[in-house]
Amino acid sequence: MTPFLRKLGAAPVSAWFGIVIVTLIALTAIFAPLLAPFPEFEVVGPQYSPWAAPYYLGTDALGRDVLSRLIYGARNTVGIALLTTALAFLLGASFGLLAATLGGWFDMIASRAVDVLMAIPSLIFALLILTITGTSVLSLILVIAVLDSTRVYRLSRAVAQGILTMDYVEVARMRGEGLFWIIRREVLPNSAAPLIAEFGLRFCFVFLFISALSFLGLGLQPPIADWGAMVRESARLISFADFSTWQTATFGLAPLLPAGAIALLTVSVNLIVDWVLHLASGLEE
Amino acid sequence: MTDTSDLLLDIRDLVIEGRSGGTWQPIVKGIDLSLKRGEILGLIGESGAGKSTLGLAAMGYTKSGCRIAGGSIKLAGEELVGAPAETLRHLRGKRVAYVAQSAAAAFNPAYRLIRQYSEAPVRHGVMSRQEAERDAVQLYREMQLPNPEEIGFRYPHQVSGGQLQRAMTAMAMACRPDLIIFDEPTTALDVTTQIEVLAAIRKVVREHHTAAIYITHDLAVVAQMADRIKVLLKGDEIEEAETRQMLAHPREDYTKSLWAVREFRRAPRTPDDTGKPILTLQDVDASYGTLQVLDGINLSVDRGQTMAVVGESGSGKSTLARVIMGLLPPDKGSVSLDGKTLSPLNRHRDKGVQRRVQMIHQMADTALNPKHRIREVLGRPLEFFLGMKGAAKEARIRELLTMIELDPDTFIDRLPSELSGGQKQRVCIARALAAEPDFVICDEVTSALDQIVAEGILRLLDRLQREMGLTYLFITHDLATVRSIADWVVVMQKGQIVEQGAKDQVFQPPHHPYTELLLSSVPEMDPDWLDGVLNDRRAAG
Repeated sequence: MTPFLRKLGAAPVSAWFGIVIVTLIALTAIFAPLLAPFPEFEVVGPQYSPWAAPYYLGTDALGRDVLSRLIYGARNTVGIALLTTALAFLLGASFGLLAATLGGWFDMIASRAVDVLMAIPSLIFALLILTITGTSVLSLILVIAVLDSTRVYRLSRAVAQGILTMDYVEVARMRGEGLFWIIRREVLPNSAAPLIAEFGLRFCFVFLFISALSFLGLGLQPPIADWGAMVRESARLISFADFSTWQTATFGLAPLLPAGAIALLTVSVNLIVDWVLHLASGLEE
Repeated sequence: MTDTSDLLLDIRDLVIEGRSGGTWQPIVKGIDLSLKRGEILGLIGESGAGKSTLGLAAMGYTKSGCRIAGGSIKLAGEELVGAPAETLRHLRGKRVAYVAQSAAAAFNPAYRLIRQYSEAPVRHGVMSRQEAERDAVQLYREMQLPNPEEIGFRYPHQVSGGQLQRAMTAMAMACRPDLIIFDEPTTALDVTTQIEVLAAIRKVVREHHTAAIYITHDLAVVAQMADRIKVLLKGDEIEEAETRQMLAHPREDYTKSLWAVREFRRAPRTPDDTGKPILTLQDVDASYGTLQVLDGINLSVDRGQTMAVVGESGSGKSTLARVIMGLLPPDKGSVSLDGKTLSPLNRHRDKGVQRRVQMIHQMADTALNPKHRIREVLGRPLEFFLGMKGAAKEARIRELLTMIELDPDTFIDRLPSELSGGQKQRVCIARALAAEPDFVICDEVTSALDQIVAEGILRLLDRLQREMGLTYLFITHDLATVRSIADWVVVMQKGQIVEQGAKDQVFQPPHHPYTELLLSSVPEMDPDWLDGVLNDRRAAG
């Protein structure tokens, strides 16, 4: 993987910033039980403590440690977003590549089904389905994955159609190669770059989508720590903020912590995506 | 500088560098160039010689990723190197104009031709829009475009390639510039169209006493157009001389090798003694939708021979290849290999047939998967058709690379992007050979290449044919190629075969009128050729 390392070495500062932040958040998520000073659900102190040891970022309305919940929140929110995006890609890319390669009735049916799903605003559609199925983590993942796979489908189908007109695919077809060999060896390597870039973007959208659903009360259910839900729980505190002393000011900052974490992660992922897109476009600098 | 009044363009010791892999590499290495008013200078060289870069520099322009690293460019005494963008903007389109290789890509498809014509004169304040449009009609007439009053009101996709190229030349003339740079303006055109465009360009440039730099890799074309010729190689000047002198007495070895390219002739093949054709087509009709492209094609190709199919674009020669390969099922008629009728669709043919009939594409760029290394490109057919694995496969890949004259150690792990155009085409040939075919279709395999590189490919194909007893169907619009390697020639026009026969027979008069037109349109190295042909045609009709 030396060419990859060389590219990594030549990455701009912005990409490095993204890589560092994403790595830090990933490590936090993986080692959450080791890093968090308190358990995720337990009431460990008085309500609304200010930012002081041992509650470095204070406590929430029930007296749970905010720092610990932020750390566990990384694990829940990011983990679920990653799983959902991966599933969305598996679904969307497989159907998209198949539809482009096979064409005909398969393409027709798959594309129209996707059009129908895309015609309904996704937040409203998700709210509807989640109200019916109830808000378990599994149904959350499945619903968002299916909704997001429609976008992946459209992209992978369009990219694959461009590749399938190339002469090298014709050469493979004339050789009598099978469908899956053509998809795997000819189409997939050449569509990898835009798909990877899309993966980064999609991950951000899914992540925000889960946070939005949590904010609306249909995402991850309490007492699971989740950044979106944490914003909702502490949102009202903004109006009680009093910036005359540091002690009281931290009170108003409470909702900004999970919101800032969401913003930091999305921005970082996007910085990496920008860099990958740039590499994919084949420009030197 | 004694006589500056007559000197239009004066380039001294120009160095242009391009950025690649993080360092600046010289593309043009200290070239001098001077051009008088009304003079036409031909720039020739292979790709990568720096001729386009030098041509653009005459406008004070470099492509992005390039920079002028030294020297001076003076247009009528005014220095362009380091001149502010404002000065250059006043110059470009008004005093210096540019005609690109692909007119189809240079026109904006969303605007009518005349609107694009008037853009420069209006913008530079030379004429009002009405004046510019009147002027356009006048120039369209001079360029011998059909319906000069109306053609300007069409969109670019509504006129033919040759007409578009002439419209672009007219557009370049709009402000009556002192200098026009022609960058391979006829390379993408058929010979029959090329001759019209050449005649029109030369007429208008001479009548308006415009100086021109004519960039091309086709010597015969430059011989018709230029007063002087400058030969470039890898950013250096090889030599410069008056056209007639250069053609008659080239001084440098490199120039002589350019001149000698077209002299490659291979010995004719004696047909196989069995007398049975390897491939036959019977009464083949084919169409795209409702458009009929092939009409009653009957062909038979003898084993071990090269059959050349010639004709201009739209004559159906590539469609013929697609029918043979089973990519386009014919409406009627049959294709048979060794007397056995083949299934009309490739995917219904058995593996033996798929292996025995191979095709080499025109554009090696798109025919190689950019993500596959040479090892995989050549290894896959070995594995797929012959079941080779491991060491046997590796040894065969190396053998194939040696056959196409590429060093296995250097090339086996390369990606297509790390190869030159000629090397890519060689790899495509090796891929076809890997299947151990009997019959190979070569679809314009040399037309995207320089003459010197193309000649190398032709020699390679010829050697492989001798060694492996291959049969070729060679599709081309270049009659020089046909002369070099064909045994049997088929001339196609509008989906029909108008003439066929042994090469010597087709190239000897009497000809079918269409063959005559094709043959007489191929530029020759004689500077008087164009005048001669035009006079003959005028006299004839």
